Amino acid sequence: MSDLLNVEDLRISFPSRHGPVEVVRGVSFSMGRERLGIVGESGSGKSQTGRAILGLTPEPGKAVAKRLEFDGTNLRNATKAQWREIRGQRISMVMQDPKFSLNPVMTIGRQLMEAYRTHGRATKAEAHAKSLEMLDAVQIRDPERVMGAYPHELSGGMGQRAMIAMMLITEPELLIADEPTSALDVTVQIEVLRILDRLVTDRGMGLIFISHDLRLVSSFCDRVLVMYAGQVVEEIKASELAHAKHPYTQGLFNCLPRIEGGVRPLPILERDEAWAN
Amino acid sequence: MAILDVENLEVTFSKGAEKVHAVRGVSFAVKQGESYGIVGESGSGKSTVLRAICALAPRTAGTIRVDGEALTLPLKPAFYRKVQMVFQDPYASLHPRHTIDRVLSEPLAIHGFDDRERRVDRALEDVGLGQGFRFRYPHQLSGGQRQRVAIARALILEPSILLLDEPTSALDASIQAEVLNLLDRLRAERGLTYVMVSHDLSVVAHMCERLLVMQHGLAVEEMSREDLQARRAREAYTQSLLSATLGYRADEKEKTE
Repeated sequence: MSDLLNVEDLRISFPSRHGPVEVVRGVSFSMGRERLGIVGESGSGKSQTGRAILGLTPEPGKAVAKRLEFDGTNLRNATKAQWREIRGQRISMVMQDPKFSLNPVMTIGRQLMEAYRTHGRATKAEAHAKSLEMLDAVQIRDPERVMGAYPHELSGGMGQRAMIAMMLITEPELLIADEPTSALDVTVQIEVLRILDRLVTDRGMGLIFISHDLRLVSSFCDRVLVMYAGQVVEEIKASELAHAKHPYTQGLFNCLPRIEGGVRPLPILERDEAWAN
Repeated sequence: MAILDVENLEVTFSKGAEKVHAVRGVSFAVKQGESYGIVGESGSGKSTVLRAICALAPRTAGTIRVDGEALTLPLKPAFYRKVQMVFQDPYASLHPRHTIDRVLSEPLAIHGFDDRERRVDRALEDVGLGQGFRFRYPHQLSGGQRQRVAIARALILEPSILLLDEPTSALDASIQAEVLNLLDRLRAERGLTYVMVSHDLSVVAHMCERLLVMQHGLAVEEMSREDLQARRAREAYTQSLLSATLGYRADEKEKTE
């Protein structure tokens, strides 16, 4: 299997009064056309890792890597023109909250069509047809209405599906999904996952699924990277997450309450300073 | 006898001619010392029920009884001595420019408690924060520590009922476990009664003896913890919530298509 994405020794640092602070410290992984999960708690650097792949590390942060390759293209010193070719078209990203990532004063339809027409020649009619098709693909029952709706007129679940439609309209080869379902209700969450799953299996898209929800990731992804304090502490097959070796992964898994009932009080995750080194 | 009795509660928000019927005739009773859960998805009206009890949402019909006494508006100070609420977002529920000391002292001053110094000290000890936190501001605390302060603030008036609105949903899993354990311990020590709203069935299964499932402002069904643990749900909606807790299953795909 040829690798779609190769990341070697990714480091992201932010300047502070006490010198630069590294929030991601030497993350390496490679992936093919699969579902890769990245889990960790807040501040573990999982979202920054996802953003750095697209060169979206927010100022004044700096991302450096020994190697950052997407399908043979070196992303480390890509020019602006190269980035424009890649972003949105070959790699796209779904953010956590549709409320902040959709343009509030443009209808969904215009935003979808804009995304499509920016990345290829298409007439308005073609773009319109394609947009409807995409909305249909993400299981929006009434695509005509949604096309003409503004983001505030949609519920969270609809907005997130519209967002996913927009990211997928260019048929990217890699989708980075940063907590795409955390703001959604559980039943909607499963539907959105099903859409993503179908895209991976049918179209051979690569998916990086960033989440704090260990249980969800273990049921959805093929492989999981567990991040702690800016480092990958464990890489494991999703199905074997319950038998994780690293004490952090075990702790994270065990401290979740279970419907079937379990230990009381809940086991507390004891942090070991050695994990961070 | 029920310590908290909600009967046919209705809440309607109106803005001009627009009306949103958020809660449509919900009834439940919570016994002394019990922990009662309310679950549902966003927009089901579960938080509105709690807010209506505290008069933070307009009650348009129905009665709420605390200790057998029907609540009348405006709420009396004695109500707040009995019932306190912990909100979802510890970043939004603490005054950013008040020190923890002030946050905790203010309710004591309002209700004329004596011995405030000692009470503030003890409240912090009880939630597992030391004296070092007393003169800090909320921004100097982590999310979990803030939620502990919010719990300390609610408990400082020694209420008998605590209304918990998604107390851990803004927290990381490991911090959630710590806060749930804290709530569990406090309830055992003080014989508190909890009404806990959550969207997470496993949290409710862990914390509550009975629960109410809500959808679109209506009560769908009431279950015991044993029913929940055995996944014995009568209503289809509850079953769909339960199956969602199992995480993602690819095999379901074939079923729906």
